[in-house]
Amino acid sequence: MKNSRRLLLLAVPGVAVLLLASGCTSASLARVHPWERTALADYTMNPGRDPLALAASEHVYFSRESASGGRGVNGSSCGCN
Amino acid sequence: MLAACATATRAEVKTGDPFPELAAAGLEGTVPVTEHQVVLVDFWASWCGPCKASFPAYARLHADFSPRGLVIVAISVDQDEAAFAAFVKRMAPPFPVVRDKDQQLVRQVMVPAMPTSFLVGRDGRVRSVHRGFHGAETDTVLREEIVRLLDEKPSSP
Repeated sequence: MKNSRRLLLLAVPGVAVLLLASGCTSASLARVHPWERTALADYTMNPGRDPLALAASEHVYFSRESASGGRGVNGSSCGCN
Repeated sequence: MLAACATATRAEVKTGDPFPELAAAGLEGTVPVTEHQVVLVDFWASWCGPCKASFPAYARLHADFSPRGLVIVAISVDQDEAAFAAFVKRMAPPFPVVRDKDQQLVRQVMVPAMPTSFLVGRDGRVRSVHRGFHGAETDTVLREEIVRLLDEKPSSP
């Protein structure tokens, strides 16, 4: 009896966490559709638009984090093709 | 949450599905007559690079196949009217261009990428969907499909 109550006490928060997590992935995060990417496709959204500024930013990043590269993604944000 | 799920599960228009009637889609501009025609419907935007590359190719398709009955309709999803107008002025397409200013049709069709073109047969059903524009590759495939569709005999009413 005591064991089953303990199990219940553990299970309820677990289920709640699972529900919250699934809510985060399906409901609270809205998908940006391809036709809604006007702002994302803007030139100013491209982090690589200024190579010098990018190099400086990378330098600061790897100086602080002791790591180089590995934080960029390819392409722009417009999602074209 | 239910609304979000409903949005997420809204179906894309796929090959074999009937394409929504353009005349009833609330588009801005003059929609050409598409009934019982082979129609290439292209969804584009002024901010989309591949869309820009696709226009000269569609202009060549228009020149080659419009005498045989192909209708090309380019539907802009631009909400910025000035950007739309500037793009059209610069590209000067020889085929009809309209604007889905409220993005109603594009939501209904759920295009998977920008640009996406739908080749619609005389029966009003989608015969192929071209996701993105990949230059000569897309052009070659489109030409083959257009010729095949134009060669099909119209079904008797």
